[in-house]
Amino acid sequence: MSAAPLSPVEREWRRFTPSERIARATIYILTAIAVVWSIKTIEIIPEFLYDAPAQTLDLFSRMWPFDWAFYPKEIHAALIETLHIATLGTILALILALPLSFLAARNFTRNPILNFLAQFIFVSSRSVNSLIWALLFVAVFGPGALSGVLSIAFRSIGFVGKLFGEALEEAQRGPIEALTATGAPKSMILVKGYWPQVEPAFWSVALLRWDINIRESAVLGLVGAGGIGVALDSALNNLYWDQVGLILAVIFSVVVLTEIVTSTIRRRII
Amino acid sequence: MSLADPALPAKPRPPAFPVNWTSRIAWIGLALYTLYATSILELSWARFVTGLDNGAKFLARMFPPNFAADKLELIYTGMLESIQIAVVSTFFGVLLSMPLGLMAARNLSPGWLSWSARALIAVFRSFHPVIVSILFVKAVGFGALAGILALIVSSMGFVSKLFAEVVEEMNAKQVEAVRATGASFWNVLIFAVMPQVMARFVGLAVYQLDSNLRNSTMVGIVGGGGIGAPLFTAYQRFDYDVVLTILLCIIGLIMLAEMASGRIRRIFQ
Repeated sequence: MSAAPLSPVEREWRRFTPSERIARATIYILTAIAVVWSIKTIEIIPEFLYDAPAQTLDLFSRMWPFDWAFYPKEIHAALIETLHIATLGTILALILALPLSFLAARNFTRNPILNFLAQFIFVSSRSVNSLIWALLFVAVFGPGALSGVLSIAFRSIGFVGKLFGEALEEAQRGPIEALTATGAPKSMILVKGYWPQVEPAFWSVALLRWDINIRESAVLGLVGAGGIGVALDSALNNLYWDQVGLILAVIFSVVVLTEIVTSTIRRRII
Repeated sequence: MSLADPALPAKPRPPAFPVNWTSRIAWIGLALYTLYATSILELSWARFVTGLDNGAKFLARMFPPNFAADKLELIYTGMLESIQIAVVSTFFGVLLSMPLGLMAARNLSPGWLSWSARALIAVFRSFHPVIVSILFVKAVGFGALAGILALIVSSMGFVSKLFAEVVEEMNAKQVEAVRATGASFWNVLIFAVMPQVMARFVGLAVYQLDSNLRNSTMVGIVGGGGIGAPLFTAYQRFDYDVVLTILLCIIGLIMLAEMASGRIRRIFQ
């Protein structure tokens, strides 16, 4: 500091590099173009909009009061079926996804072809919506709960497998190397080395998917795959809005309850 | 331990791998439940096998996919409408999620406001977009608008819930520092809150675009516009070859979107 004052360096600090800024600006511009183009070209029939407030009021006045007598008659059984579909579907997905995610984890299976195969199954499972899975399974197995369970399961395999596979890849090497050094067979390394490390992640992914599946299984009935959606569909087709209102209220309370249950369990296991 | 007194009684060593009873009970419970529920739902192996027979016929009718020109045109307009629905609903849904998320954040809003915002979010989140679009089809008629409104609602449910969590996790010191300069509420928002949470918010928005694209292909089943309507019509008419063509288009679109959203998220990290 005793020397002559340092000559000020002409330098401007920026948060992003030029290429980062160009990439960001491109995305902003593309987003703007996409939004403007979509709003301008999308087909909206303005005549329908004029009476929208009246229609909405009409909708709610038809929904209330609910047709409570309908609950014990049909909704209760349909609701239980929905819960079973969601839960069984989740369990089936766990059973199918578990071995696949061991195949997908690059630190457990050291074979790029098997890794890729498992990843491919996950991606294709996730890119088909559960309603589309339901359409396919209803065509194959006919309407009913079986199609619902299978569609929930097939949609969930990708989700569970991807998240659980990532948890496996983050497993610590130490315990696994220790077990390998004792000469433990691969199956024991899996059960005593990997599993204790990833078990909390497993249950947490399972709960998360179960929560989502409760929501999804409520609509599967619209295409005939069983559950409360079947009751909803017939109420809609008959324009019994007081039944529709009751079904929606039931779905809402079940979803809120599930969320409370899953968050309580999750706080306990993590 | 190696210098233990031989006079003391030897303590039995604890097992190397103690039994985890909670998890064992959970497994047994799951297995029992599976047996019970399978019998309740009348899921049987025989039914499954009969289904597989049907499945072979179904697949035979699906192949080869139908690429006739008139079908392709129908699919093109449907897909385009689905993309438009996804873009518009993500834009407005994400835009509206920002104030709703800030209102729901407990560290920024007074208790009554955050509770009412949370209740609204819970209502938005609990219904599948397809159910919401049934209601909007009744309110605003058939067509893309019903789908857009339904997806705006579900986007708001998802994005504002996670955005509120992001805001609650942010660093309070920067907010205090800006507040200490005498900044107004809006200045605190713009200079202390937004810079901390913006990157995560963009990530949520991109994720939501991805999810809206998936759902915009579905709202058409109940009249909400997009590719879902031709898909469902073809399905009900047993035109399974057209169904396959549409499914291939949807899957292609979703895979493309997934790749693009991964790219965008990396840019904004």
